[in-house]
Amino acid sequence: MTDISAQPMPSQSAAASIMVGSKGMKKRHAAEARFKAYGIVAIVFSLGVLAFMLFTIFNDGISAFRQAQLTFPVTIDAAVVDPTGTRDRNTMAKVTTFSYTKVLNNSIVAALLDKGIPQEKVSDKELGEMVSKSAPAQVRNMVLADPSLVGQTITISVFANGRIDGYFKGRVTRDTASRDSNVSPAQLDLADTLRDAGILSLGWNSRFLTNSDSSDLRPETAGLGVAILGSLYLMFLVLIICVPIGVAASIYLEEFAPKNRWTDIIEVNISNLAAVPSIVFGILGLALFINFAGLPQSSAMVGALVISLMTLPTIIIASRSAIRAVPPSIRDAALGVGASKMQTVFHHVLPLAAPGILTGTILGLASALGETAPLLLIGMVAFVDNYPGAPISGFFDPATALPVQVYSWASRSDPAFLERSSGAIIVLLVFLVIMNVTAIILRRKFERRW
Amino acid sequence: MNDMTKSDLDVSTAKIKMRAEGVQVYYGTTQALKDVNVNILDKVVTAFIGPSGCGKSTFLRCLNRMNDTVASARVEGKITLDGQDIHDPKVDAVQLRAVVGMVFQKPNPFPKSIYDNVAYGPRIHGRTSSKAELDEIVETSLRKAALWNEAKDRLSAPGTGLSGGQQQRLCIARAIATNPQVLLMDEPCSALDPIATAQVEELIDELRSQFSVVIVTHSMQQAARVSQKTAFFHLGNLVEYGDTSQVFTNPSDPRTESYISGRIG
Ligand SMILES: Nc1ncnc2c1ncn2[C@@H]1O[C@H](COP(=O)(O)OP(=O)(O)OP(=O)(O)O)[C@@H](O)[C@H]1O
Ligand SMILES: [Mg+2]
Repeated sequence: MTDISAQPMPSQSAAASIMVGSKGMKKRHAAEARFKAYGIVAIVFSLGVLAFMLFTIFNDGISAFRQAQLTFPVTIDAAVVDPTGTRDRNTMAKVTTFSYTKVLNNSIVAALLDKGIPQEKVSDKELGEMVSKSAPAQVRNMVLADPSLVGQTITISVFANGRIDGYFKGRVTRDTASRDSNVSPAQLDLADTLRDAGILSLGWNSRFLTNSDSSDLRPETAGLGVAILGSLYLMFLVLIICVPIGVAASIYLEEFAPKNRWTDIIEVNISNLAAVPSIVFGILGLALFINFAGLPQSSAMVGALVISLMTLPTIIIASRSAIRAVPPSIRDAALGVGASKMQTVFHHVLPLAAPGILTGTILGLASALGETAPLLLIGMVAFVDNYPGAPISGFFDPATALPVQVYSWASRSDPAFLERSSGAIIVLLVFLVIMNVTAIILRRKFERRW
Repeated sequence: MNDMTKSDLDVSTAKIKMRAEGVQVYYGTTQALKDVNVNILDKVVTAFIGPSGCGKSTFLRCLNRMNDTVASARVEGKITLDGQDIHDPKVDAVQLRAVVGMVFQKPNPFPKSIYDNVAYGPRIHGRTSSKAELDEIVETSLRKAALWNEAKDRLSAPGTGLSGGQQQRLCIARAIATNPQVLLMDEPCSALDPIATAQVEELIDELRSQFSVVIVTHSMQQAARVSQKTAFFHLGNLVEYGDTSQVFTNPSDPRTESYISGRIG
């Protein structure tokens, strides 16, 4: 091992020339070189693991941002969607999505005929099934939003079925399709033809970032919208709960509190709290905020309260060390010209400690962003179809969060959800990188002042 | 010790500004000061001399209650300012420190601009009503501290970017900007070159016309040059206190004599 101690000093006698390296010197250099080598190996190893992890995640997940879409003219048949002919929204709303399925089926069959694409191996019904089950609702919403579309032919883009999408992403092959009741090899052949004909295309899928979660039958429409908004709500609430409390507590403990047994006990407990497993906080949150205080479960507010409990110790510890790092001579200087304790803290100590507090806070928030276990316990893993409302009441609406979405998609059976899970990890990582970069930039900005 | 002109002034008529009676200071269980009795005269420069660790800074910090901020420190005895006990519960240490200003042993400018450093005291005490007035105070304070010429073109530059000696003069300017009645200076010249030292000594002599100055110094020559009264501390005891000329030429205690002549310390 690296032995840096107890090397015999080069002998003083024999009129040692500094041009001749002594034996002890060589050994010391060798020890230094070994030590450097260990360090480099360790860094290379960890970078390698990191690179491998990022590679697999991006390899699996980047496809979630691209989606097979079918673009064809759809004739909104007035006889089907507005049998009464009133063009009245309320009357038309009585027509169910099922009727729109017929509209779409007829249109895509017509589109194929129009382009002269042979369709003999695939029945009309099977052709209709190649369109996502979300498409009828999409068209229905368009029509209800704009009744003048009735009777017209409009070109629209709808998602292809998840299996078709999977075929272009390599998830579904003819071999698996022959054993799959949801898709047949003939449909895949037709999908290839449609792609050549320009009806089917693989394009950027912004709805992955805006849609809400979807049922097992239509993985192609599942999106992160609710999870992203939920995570933003969570971060915002954690920030406004933790920063004032955490900074005030650290200032009190560092600057005002007498150093006695009580503060020692508090100190130990804060450190202990930082080390409590997060699942325990989840149970506490369930008992305290939901069962006792009666706050709505699955809501961002409860999630934020629970995560705040976990993040507070981190923020307090970081803030205290930032405050402690401010040289005492600055406090002396302020007190010496007659500043009060409060003025000393707010005029001098806090501005100097701010970069450290800020960094600690953002890093605390970043780890809170990835927190999953306590959110599972308070019900944020539930299937949430609707966006939470606007603040402030929206903080109490059911929501979900990015890491929980990763977890719940990863545990679904359809491999299409696994791809989305990796996609969600990418979004989560992007958020984390943004937060950490912000932390660094802000710290630099504050430090550059002097 | 040949330049005694400034010390020769008659101080017998000066009134007592601060009085310490039986002051004892403990840091935890160790006693740093033992029964110190001394009078700080108004409009007089008092020098504290003594070997390192003898308690000069500790005593200085008693005079503006800076020792309150040291958790382990305990001060006993009575200290008065204009006859009023500074440890009286009615006395606010914060207010006391505005009246008894301090320059610390190590330069400690705020990490703010030179201007803000000097303006800080006047600002928090509301001494000024206008920007022009504040500018005026900053300029005169910097001038008195012999820093104006170096700093006038860079008032908005950070005070921490100055050299060590300049920083110390900035701290002096900051202390006099609050217009204290007593100024405590803990080795203010230890980081200064001879020219700046001479300027600060001149300043001290000038300040004497407005308020009393207490200066801690390791330089016998400096003590002899600037002070009218000298107190010699040794191992936590105030060994000797008297007119500077008398302490330096005819000390009554053998320890003072051996310290001044360089045998202990
Ligand atoms: N905060 C403190 N805690 C504990 N002991 C202290 C503290 N400050 C000073 N002391 C002790 O009190 C004694 C007097 O210290 P002080 O700083 O007053 O010496 P000094 O005369 O100013 O020395 P110097 O000339 O080196 O500045 C020393 O023995 C020192 O170790
Ligand atoms: Mg000292």
